Amino acid sequence: MSRFTELFMGMLGAAPKKPEKVADKVQKIMFLKYEDKDRYIKEKLHAREHHNVSHKWRNRRWAVLLAVNLLFVLSFWLDIQILEGSLTASRFVGFHLIDLNSALQVMLAHKHIIVNLFIGTFTVFLIWVLLGGRTFCSWVCPYHLLAEWTEALHLKLVEKKIVTDHEFHRGTRTVFWVLFGLMSIVTGYTVFETLSPTGILSRALIYGPGLALGWVGLLLLFEIFYSRRAWCRYVCPIGLTYGAVGAISPLQVSYHVEHCFHEGDCRKVCLVPHVLDVTVKGRASEETMGLGPDCTRCGLCIDICPTGALRYEVKGLSKLL
Amino acid sequence: MSTPTPQKPKKPAMSIEKAQKARRKFLQSVGLAGGVIGLSLLGYIPVSSAKTPRLRPPGALNESDFLSSCIKCGQCVQVCPVQAIKLGDLNDGFGVGVPYIDAREQACDFSCDAVQCVLACPTGSLTYKKPEFLKISDGAMLAAAPILKAKEKDAESTLNLKERIGVARLARPESCLAVQGKPFKGQTRGAAFTGKMRYMDVDRWKPIPIRDHPYDLELCDLCVQACPVKNALELRPVKGADGVERMTPTVLEPCVGCGVCEMICPAEPAAIVVDARAPWKA
Repeated sequence: MSRFTELFMGMLGAAPKKPEKVADKVQKIMFLKYEDKDRYIKEKLHAREHHNVSHKWRNRRWAVLLAVNLLFVLSFWLDIQILEGSLTASRFVGFHLIDLNSALQVMLAHKHIIVNLFIGTFTVFLIWVLLGGRTFCSWVCPYHLLAEWTEALHLKLVEKKIVTDHEFHRGTRTVFWVLFGLMSIVTGYTVFETLSPTGILSRALIYGPGLALGWVGLLLLFEIFYSRRAWCRYVCPIGLTYGAVGAISPLQVSYHVEHCFHEGDCRKVCLVPHVLDVTVKGRASEETMGLGPDCTRCGLCIDICPTGALRYEVKGLSKLL
Repeated sequence: MSTPTPQKPKKPAMSIEKAQKARRKFLQSVGLAGGVIGLSLLGYIPVSSAKTPRLRPPGALNESDFLSSCIKCGQCVQVCPVQAIKLGDLNDGFGVGVPYIDAREQACDFSCDAVQCVLACPTGSLTYKKPEFLKISDGAMLAAAPILKAKEKDAESTLNLKERIGVARLARPESCLAVQGKPFKGQTRGAAFTGKMRYMDVDRWKPIPIRDHPYDLELCDLCVQACPVKNALELRPVKGADGVERMTPTVLEPCVGCGVCEMICPAEPAAIVVDARAPWKA
């Protein structure tokens, strides 16, 4: 199985596997790394000591997320007409931007290819092919931000042993993706849109709050007290749709095994820790490896990594330079 | 049970604890899926039990097509000059985020002239011309393009609308001032009412609050005056059950169901109402 297929299957729910073959260079790196244990520990502690824990990428990302959503709000409130509509469908200075998952649900429910709608998805499709589909999740989706904040609360409660995290099978999201599609076809309603906290929050911000926010509140409570980031991890079909779209994206977080001490801090902060499976000792097969389509490119791992083993990278560009 | 498969020893045996954990995780995942799907299907209840259908914006497809094709973006809300369009909430079930009009609060008076909401709609849920594969309900088709009173003198005086969204009906003739032969003076709907309308004699392009436009009428004909469509509503002498002729608002075929008559009616509750999705019956 090619690495691409493996990563894609991983997004659908398959468990990460140990590499069948590890490149000679990586074997050499690993050998050198662990050759002298004292030196290894010393280097590790040194890196930790000199790591200025920053929230650079998180702060940038929050700023972008807030700016995009604010642009929607202000376009309507101040009538500046830059970004009209909401996250499901909008116009950016006149250009149609249609959310891919929403368009899919609508066409399945309506059972017709709506030509205008289809055309409107192109720009969005192109953006997320280039930037990586799930970048939408962490850099645009308003639910992601709220869930990040309540996740902090969840982690505090876990630390104090008041709650425990209940993990579901990651393949559940794939099942949901199929089920929501089927339900659109069978019922003739865009069933997912009724529940989607992304759409609900986007509309609430722009057009004013409503009862639907109660549902979003319930989801957040479920995530605080029962299962960490459950909606994004195990349910949301938007994430999977964009994940598939961004599978060939040139922008990715890349992992450089040479600099890694395999401590796993990155996996602890990650929304989709399975993409960071390569950071486990012995799992990397190449010197530099991309993280795969399920990565939301949120940059939390980059911020937390004390050695710079994880970075944003544009595929091919580093070779070119 | 008695014949163990030959492959068995090859596979590393899973510990009982691990197997139980995996089983629990699987069942919990099934539970999560069942729970969320079950909850989502609650959306059926408001849709199927709705006693009266919502009044949808002009150019809306038939209700089921409308609900399936609407992408719930609210662009129609943003372009409406009188803010007539609202979005459904969770109590609308599958209609959450789908636009509707509460005519009594704020009707569509076509003050945008071009039916901007139709223009804004990215999915064709609101459309000038229905594609051929979609059915037109009986009594929905308008006999002719409605003439907009405000544009009557323009070169293009008609509204680009093929189907009606409802039909007005004098639901409570007993409370209608015209039927009672009564005058009307002052602000219709009172000083607190926020509804807006375009008055051609005030400003062609800027709708104003109705409360800022008081009336002084010898015989109330507010609904007929306010009706934006030509020949859609008239005061006609109609014989009652007692054989006496009274001036009565009479709905005619050009009625598109916009609901301005319902909004403007000073009686409480309104004597004339719009029946959403109702067909025209001669």
